[in-house]
Amino acid sequence: MSRITVTVDGTKYEEEVEPRLLLVHFLRDRLGRTGTPIGCDTSNCGACTVLMDGRSVKSCSVLAVQADGADILTIEGLAGSGGWHPMQRAFHEEHALQCGYCTPGMIMASIDLVQDNPDPSEEEIRSGLEGNLCRCTGYCNIVRAVRKGAQELGAAQ
Amino acid sequence: MTDTLPEAEIGRARRRKEDGRLITGRTLWTDNIQLPGMLYIAFLRSPMAHARITRVDTSAAKTQPGVVAVFSGQDLADEQGSLPCAWPVTEDIVIPDHPPMAVGTVRYVGEAVACVVATDRYKAADALDAIEIDYEPLPAVLDMNEALAEGATPVHEGGNRSFTWQFGTGDVDAAFRDAPVVIERTYVQQRLIPSAMEPRAVVAQTDGDTYTVHSATQIPHVLRVMLAATTGIPEHKLRVVAPDVGGGFGSKLQVTAEEVLALLITKRLGRPVKWTESRSEGNLTVHHGRDQIQRISLAASADGVLRGVKVDLLADMGAYLMLVTPGIPLLGAFMYTGVYKMDAYDFTCTGVFTTKMPTDAYRGAGRPEATYAIERAMDELAHEIGVDPLEIRRRNWIKHEEFPYATAGGLTYDSGNYEAATDRALALFGYDKLRAEQSDRRDRNDSVQLGIGVSTYTEMCGLAPSRVLGSLRYGAGGWEHATVRMLPTGKVEVVTGTSPHGQGHETAWSQIVADALGVPFEDVAVLHGDTASAPRGMDTYGSRSLVVGGIAVLQACEKVKENARQVAAHLLECSPDDLEFTGGAFRVRGTGAAKTIQEVALATFAAHNLPDGFEPQLDAGSTFDPEAFSFPHGTHLCAIEVDTETGESKIRSYVAVDDIGNVVNPLIVEGQVHGGIAQGIAQALYEEAVYDTDGNLLTTTMADYLIPSAADLPDFTTDRTVTPATSNPLGVKGVGEAGTIASTPAVVNAIVDALSPYGIRDVAMPCTPERVWRAIQGGTS
Amino acid sequence: MIPATFEYVRPTTVEEAAQILRNAAGDDVKLLAGGQSLLPLLRLRLAYPAALIDIGRIDELRGVRDEPDHVYIAAMTTHDEVVKSAVVQEQCPLVALATAQVADPAVRHRGTFGGSMAHADPAGDLPAVALALDMTFVVLSADGTREIPAAEFFVDYLETALEPGEILLGAKVPKLGPGWGFHYEKFHRTAQAWAIVGVAAAVKRDNGTISEGRIALTNMGTVPVRAFAAERRLPGVPITNGYGELREAVSVAAEGTDPPTDLHGRPDYRRHLAVVLTERAVRQAAV
Repeated sequence: MSRITVTVDGTKYEEEVEPRLLLVHFLRDRLGRTGTPIGCDTSNCGACTVLMDGRSVKSCSVLAVQADGADILTIEGLAGSGGWHPMQRAFHEEHALQCGYCTPGMIMASIDLVQDNPDPSEEEIRSGLEGNLCRCTGYCNIVRAVRKGAQELGAAQ
Repeated sequence: MTDTLPEAEIGRARRRKEDGRLITGRTLWTDNIQLPGMLYIAFLRSPMAHARITRVDTSAAKTQPGVVAVFSGQDLADEQGSLPCAWPVTEDIVIPDHPPMAVGTVRYVGEAVACVVATDRYKAADALDAIEIDYEPLPAVLDMNEALAEGATPVHEGGNRSFTWQFGTGDVDAAFRDAPVVIERTYVQQRLIPSAMEPRAVVAQTDGDTYTVHSATQIPHVLRVMLAATTGIPEHKLRVVAPDVGGGFGSKLQVTAEEVLALLITKRLGRPVKWTESRSEGNLTVHHGRDQIQRISLAASADGVLRGVKVDLLADMGAYLMLVTPGIPLLGAFMYTGVYKMDAYDFTCTGVFTTKMPTDAYRGAGRPEATYAIERAMDELAHEIGVDPLEIRRRNWIKHEEFPYATAGGLTYDSGNYEAATDRALALFGYDKLRAEQSDRRDRNDSVQLGIGVSTYTEMCGLAPSRVLGSLRYGAGGWEHATVRMLPTGKVEVVTGTSPHGQGHETAWSQIVADALGVPFEDVAVLHGDTASAPRGMDTYGSRSLVVGGIAVLQACEKVKENARQVAAHLLECSPDDLEFTGGAFRVRGTGAAKTIQEVALATFAAHNLPDGFEPQLDAGSTFDPEAFSFPHGTHLCAIEVDTETGESKIRSYVAVDDIGNVVNPLIVEGQVHGGIAQGIAQALYEEAVYDTDGNLLTTTMADYLIPSAADLPDFTTDRTVTPATSNPLGVKGVGEAGTIASTPAVVNAIVDALSPYGIRDVAMPCTPERVWRAIQGGTS
Repeated sequence: MIPATFEYVRPTTVEEAAQILRNAAGDDVKLLAGGQSLLPLLRLRLAYPAALIDIGRIDELRGVRDEPDHVYIAAMTTHDEVVKSAVVQEQCPLVALATAQVADPAVRHRGTFGGSMAHADPAGDLPAVALALDMTFVVLSADGTREIPAAEFFVDYLETALEPGEILLGAKVPKLGPGWGFHYEKFHRTAQAWAIVGVAAAVKRDNGTISEGRIALTNMGTVPVRAFAAERRLPGVPITNGYGELREAVSVAAEGTDPPTDLHGRPDYRRHLAVVLTERAVRQAAV
């Protein structure tokens, strides 16, 4: 067992974990942070995407011990006292989700994308989200939502 | 009270009520459920496509840390029963015994052979490694034609033919006799993996008397009946809940081994249990879709006017018949005539057993296959007689003034306007300009060729009239139920038998109720997916929810309104006939007197002053059983660039004009069309479940089974034309499958069109770069 | 799915890592970098290491250094850091171009330059780049450091010239000087999918013709392959006046390769692609 300290959505946790424990299972099973779902075994689908020290990672492909000392932001930590994050709002406004299973990862990946590129083109959004699969939407409205979210984030700054 | 009427909710692009929990991670997926004392199940699965189990030793696994129990199929043989097939399509159909865990013989890679029950999911996975099983291999049976050949290894006693089902109208021999043009083609519908983003999961618990099953299912109601029948747990002791469900596309229209076993194990151990599928487990064992070999023949006059169509289908059932496995090809049987007129039609389908994962419903279920075959074959006919693909369709389709039209497929299409949808699509697409560019690229012998694909599809939705299902030997009806409850404060609860998993019923049903009862959209809550709170239902699949379930909601509202009218009349001291209902209030004609429905609800709750003999409640239920199917249709156009050097196909533009009748929520409709098109494109270009010659699935992960990402797909241009359905009071037709049904042939027609100068008339799906390249090289694709 | 159990250590210096590795001699110990290839293998239980030595946090193994005649990329520099490195973009843009096409952004945040090289997947994008640029790998051995030219580093499928106990420290990427153009042409079925074939090309332009070219191929054998036959024909090929001569020159791009068969391509198709994509890569690099 290894002792790790991880901050998740603003709360610091000190836990004993098996080295093989996946970060996503740590979040879900240990901390009860079930907002981050699991969609595959091979880091292809991106459903489990969270921000680790500010950058998107697939939490199914990170060991909890590798996150020792890290600051994790999940979909559950995104909304603040002022309500939904602009990207959450944009996904709602643009009908960018149906079943919603890919949505947490898609939103976290989109926020990461916009950090690097505050005004992405459609093509840049599409390639920037290549690691996040959605089976419901055909992506059209996701692309629109990311543009809208980017604009609102830009306007907010 | 204001006299201005609120804006109609039906037709409004309401943002979804469901979204809040989904975008904040407060969703209740089945795997999120953690219960005190919960145990975790992991399955050991067959590595062999076909083998006898000669030895099972679970003793070492039982001593592993955290292991509470280990079961093999043999251990549960007396109580696990057989997984149900609810659609015995013919009287003499062979329905083999289908134990949830294999006993004696395994028949596909991935079939469950044993399971571990442990205190956490990691320990359960570890203990699987300690189970020893010996197999004696038997020959894999992979090819349908070989499976039917004399001397083939039988997958089950009784051979590899499950059934042969026939249907026909008119004199097809006469239609083909001396026909100036006959087109015969064989198309292969490759096997697909539905790949809902949420893997399956099930949680079962008991208090020793009653049982609750949470499952990532599309069909909590059907599942309850079937679990009761399979396990012997009485139906009234069994509650099934579909919490938030992350997509289905037909794959969760199933009664699975894991659901049955979780229930049996919780019964045995008295503790809550959970099983969550991994994706690689799911690719092996979530039922697959399609997998048919279609032989289609068209007979036509010299100018391409259809006389008749013949279809001979082989449908791969896989190793067993699951819930509606044999019925899937039948759902397409009536659609091979498409939007076209002809004198005669003949359809034969043989269901074949192989040593692969069973097939069953996948988005469109039978109809995409049918549409693909006829739309591809119509292009062949156009090519044969030398006319534009659109022209061949115009010569043959049912004209708008001819509706209702009784087709050679045995259905009566109630409404439609193929001309209008096509005209709109052409305008959006810029057809003539693209044809000019195509011609230019051909002239230049450009290495990138342009192809244009047309698909003028129709489908049957609104599954389904119960009598029709009965005549097709389906085990249940196709009605749907809704209850509408007026709460004391005037808020409304809708209980629906539909079971949404992404479709947005909470939003759309609220819009229907808001208009019908004149209450604010925000004042409506929709309950679903729990047999305790929503006891009656037939669930969600086959584009049926709005067309059947939405109508039940509407009808229940009408009953509530009539109940309320009695109370309002009593309060207003007038005859019910003197009241008109507008803007959420009953108004006495000719006077200003009125009672809002909220006032009536409160008065009914108080029950101080009700008509004599009036039961103090307004609530009402309604069960709607449609008399006919609905028939969405539309025209999809695809422009594709084929790089003849690499074989890569890239969609340049895609236009879809769909006629799905009236629309409750255009935002939801557009989303359904987008997603459907993407899945149809995925079949055309990317996806295929591939088994090797030993029967091992090679596409067990998302690294191998290629689901397109945003980077792989274009934006879609969508629009609608509207000819309302006449089979229901909302005039709606259903939209869940339209995009998937339409798009696959549009894409492949475009590729074949691009390659036409090379003499290529077909490319097998998925049209991979390698296949396209080989076709260009003159080899087999 | 879920990995089997393993021990885990996280040294803070290279020397400490090397010591642990030496002590573990004989055990099945694996170095853990970003884990983006290793973790899926562990989850699918295709690998059962007894212990993982996490070298992902060792500071001295991270970063890009601009040296006089080469760029040094430390092994644990993430793909994302490589792509964004101004030094890499300016001095060895081919590395940035190819790295930007590795997997997807989230994977690039975790996956590392050295991890990809040491994994030595012939379908990976970076090994071919190493070959094309004649990188030199710097390795910590029992008795100090040693250097391994890229041409000798990739030994077989998922196998490198690293000896047990050795740790890849980084790579020296030679500066090619002025006049060079670069391109990485990746052909795959979906954006996420592995390359069916990839071509890393570096081309030196001189007065409207190609004076020198280097070409390496991804997924055309059990190791990345240098297309020497095509390279030999490149000098003198005109850049601007049509591409007939270029096509002729690269027609031998697949010579000496032994490409695999998988779901996405059989060998003859891959050989064909190697030629087509080499032409495109060289053309792009030359403009």
